[in-house]
Amino acid sequence: MARASENSNKPANGSSGPPTNVGLFATCLVDLFRPTVGFASARLIEGTGCRVHVPEQTCCGQPAYNSGDRRHAQQIARQVIETFEGYDYVVVPSGSCGGMIAVHYPDLFADDPEWNRRARALAAKTFELTAFLADVMKIDAKDLAAEYDGTATYHDACAGLRELGVKDQPRELLAGVDDLALEEMADTDACCGFGGTFCVKYGEISTDIVSRKTANVVKTGADLLLAGDLGCLLNIAGRLKREGSSVQVRHVAEVLAGMTDQTPAIGEAEGD
Amino acid sequence: MEFMQPGAFKENANTAMADKNLRSAMTMLNDGMIPNRQGAVDRLPEFEQLSQRGRELKDHVLAHLDYYLERFERNCKAAGGHVHWCATPEDARQAVLKICQSVDAKSVTKGKSMIAEEIHLNAFLEQHDIEPVETDLGEYIIQLAEEPPSHIIGPAIHKTKDQVSDLFLKHHAKLGRTERQTEPPKMVNEAREILRQKYFDADVGITGANYLIAETGSSIIVTNEGNGDLTQTLPKIHIVIASLEKVVPTLEDATTFLRILARSATGQEFSAYTTVSTGARRGDDLDGPEEYHVILLDNGRSAMLGSEVQDMLRCIRCGACMNHCPVYQSVGGHTYGTVYVGPMGAVLSPALLGVAETKHLPCASTLCGRCEEVCPVSIPLPRLLRQWRQRSFEAGDVPAAERWGLSIWAFFAKRPWLYGLGARLAMRGLAYLGRKQGRMRRLWFAGGWTQGRDLPVPEGETFQERWRKQQRKKVTG
Amino acid sequence: MSAASGRDDILGAIRQSLGRPALSVDAKKDLDEHIAQHRANLVPARGQGAPDALVQRFQEMAVAASCTVAVVTDEAAVPSAVADYLRGNNLPTQVTLAPDEWLTGLDWDSQSLLETKTGAAGINDLVTVTPAFAGVAETGTLVALSGPNHPTTLNFVPDYHVVALRTSQVVGAYEEVWAQLREANKVGGGFTMPRNINMITGPSRTADIALTIELGAHGPRSLHIVLIDDQAGQD
Repeated sequence: MARASENSNKPANGSSGPPTNVGLFATCLVDLFRPTVGFASARLIEGTGCRVHVPEQTCCGQPAYNSGDRRHAQQIARQVIETFEGYDYVVVPSGSCGGMIAVHYPDLFADDPEWNRRARALAAKTFELTAFLADVMKIDAKDLAAEYDGTATYHDACAGLRELGVKDQPRELLAGVDDLALEEMADTDACCGFGGTFCVKYGEISTDIVSRKTANVVKTGADLLLAGDLGCLLNIAGRLKREGSSVQVRHVAEVLAGMTDQTPAIGEAEGD
Repeated sequence: MEFMQPGAFKENANTAMADKNLRSAMTMLNDGMIPNRQGAVDRLPEFEQLSQRGRELKDHVLAHLDYYLERFERNCKAAGGHVHWCATPEDARQAVLKICQSVDAKSVTKGKSMIAEEIHLNAFLEQHDIEPVETDLGEYIIQLAEEPPSHIIGPAIHKTKDQVSDLFLKHHAKLGRTERQTEPPKMVNEAREILRQKYFDADVGITGANYLIAETGSSIIVTNEGNGDLTQTLPKIHIVIASLEKVVPTLEDATTFLRILARSATGQEFSAYTTVSTGARRGDDLDGPEEYHVILLDNGRSAMLGSEVQDMLRCIRCGACMNHCPVYQSVGGHTYGTVYVGPMGAVLSPALLGVAETKHLPCASTLCGRCEEVCPVSIPLPRLLRQWRQRSFEAGDVPAAERWGLSIWAFFAKRPWLYGLGARLAMRGLAYLGRKQGRMRRLWFAGGWTQGRDLPVPEGETFQERWRKQQRKKVTG
Repeated sequence: MSAASGRDDILGAIRQSLGRPALSVDAKKDLDEHIAQHRANLVPARGQGAPDALVQRFQEMAVAASCTVAVVTDEAAVPSAVADYLRGNNLPTQVTLAPDEWLTGLDWDSQSLLETKTGAAGINDLVTVTPAFAGVAETGTLVALSGPNHPTTLNFVPDYHVVALRTSQVVGAYEEVWAQLREANKVGGGFTMPRNINMITGPSRTADIALTIELGAHGPRSLHIVLIDDQAGQD
């Protein structure tokens, strides 16, 4: 499936031409649990010269889709398509929801030519956040003017990695953050065990899987864990905290947008 | 652990995760098999192209499966072999029995065959006073332990060295081996010596087939031990048990698959022994079986053709998917309760046994996609798992709580203003409950989560709520 | 269930699932053509190269698969190479040879202490010596064809297996072996297959005990290749 050309509609910084309108699909987890990520995403997108819009939104439909409830998934998806198809780009701070829209929406409407067409059109212009910044807007990481004094390690969320090819982009961007060292863990691409409803339906297995991930995180000696998916982050942070670890957990957008002093790390409170 | 009980998946999973021996075996799997496969793939620049060609060939064969099976049969018979078409496991068992009884067989050596496991052949033979002797070391070990295989390539992968030492001592003592062996070379040697006479004594040898070749009417086995070869060459009769989708058109086509099989399975360039068998001994051969029989088993394969799970028939049984699966690594093969385990088992078992019997298998997955990534014939395993989940859901075979949960979520998701209202209330509530530490250790309805993890609590306001406040401020200045 | 009805049922079920009747005569002809042409698919670069590069690669791959290789410049040296191998492994000086004219025709008498017999392998045969049909460089694989001159048991029963291979028998890829086989066994419009084609890459091994690799699971624990450089001095 052809994706929108990486060069289309790219605005020069504050120059002529109509502004690029980006619909920010915050994702339900960001919306509900960690608005900071939404604001960080908006700041990063605005930094490229685009105009950010946050239309009224709920869910991408993935829980229904993955549970085999195709009907509800389609209903929710139609709503998303209608809400977002008017923008030049749709940017998602999550590979999981991003993949739902960019990869699975067309499949969801395989039997409906009209909605399939609309789903494909939307899919073609939907991007995960770091991919949008690095591949579409092609920003120079140094222009982020972000800094973070510490060592981070990065978890490759499965859907972002395997459905959307997100691997190098966050690392390229993090390389532009002053004073930040990146220490890769073993098996960065091993699943963290979140898996949406899996983490509660098969909670013990999920806990077992995330324990392997936290062991790898801790082994790096990093003081900060980053990823591009809040589901993974809540899961890994929850396990790290239960283990008594002092490793902090944030969404990569928070570091890139220089907003790490605004909100406590995931699972921490003011003063931690 | 309740063997062969897919319905007991959750209980078995908990048993498995408490098993220290299994943990260490699974760690070795992760640390060994994964880099081994990657190394082999890295060393062959053409691997992706070969893999792509393999996929095309499989799809082509499946679209013409009747033709290729007929050609196989014709050429197998022309080479002096016999072909038995068996729709069900019972048909296959009876066909094997008849052949064994034709030579009054007392003992049968067996090379590793997943199809033989699928039709539960050993128990059946024993019921008819025929002794099945597993010769593959892994199968031999689990035969001694009276357990099913836990991996399709390494059936005894769940056993530690110490456990094998104990097994050998227990069962070999009556054969005069009273010293407990602890060094793998000595253990392998002991098994070798004990099985040696059995090879020569067997009346019938049964192997599986990695491939059947239509062009020549041949079967191929890919092994490392040489047991499959001794099994097929020494006895009077060689029986090959294969499922329908094993057939490939030509020697050259088989070669393409052989290039991707061992690399995907064990990270070897090629297995120690790859043998192409065609018919029985020739007139002036000095060894070899006098009869060659191929049992073609359907058992649900023809029904998978043309269905949404047809792609599963491409599987070449390499086991890469389970090696890379986070769930398999946590719970091991026995938890699945089926002959086929891991991601491929989670897709195939519902096709063979019905999704009602096996519904945990497609559900117990994070859909991480690593399996599909390493599958040498590009089977879209996550998509197929989702297909089974859909079938389960449409059949109403999903817990009521889950159905209700999804309906309620969808109800709110389709009504953004109600969703926003509910969210603002709920998130404020949770934030308040967890305000001291920013997380909660216990949450009454989220036991599945909080059993092993703290739950980070929300910031309080929702993103949309704060965004709109901010936008309003911008407008009003 | 009769044999015939099993066949009909299964073929019928396949056709029903595929949503079509049996293939037409023309469709079958096309597929027959595909088989008759038996075109090679992609052959990796690893399986291609100049003869001496292939011979070198064959040796490297065979050694990587735990073979031992001894190079001799003349086939007359094979018996003494075998004697060396037995000495080096502290083995009794008895071998079973494949009843292959070329092999048995070598000067075994030159090794006065060496007892040889020919035939299929018996349960107590410790060491066998066989020729091979070819060596495949891409993976260091020996190809043995079963026949009256090469009983299969010689490849699998003994503890120690020696293969005498000429460098002129080394090819790059498996496809070349199939081509040679089809040529050598040509009959009418097709060719006859031997009962067994054994593709042997190193000695027997298993990793079934705690994922540690051990040699000599059931087949030979040692595979020794005496490589006769019959291309020495050629381009």
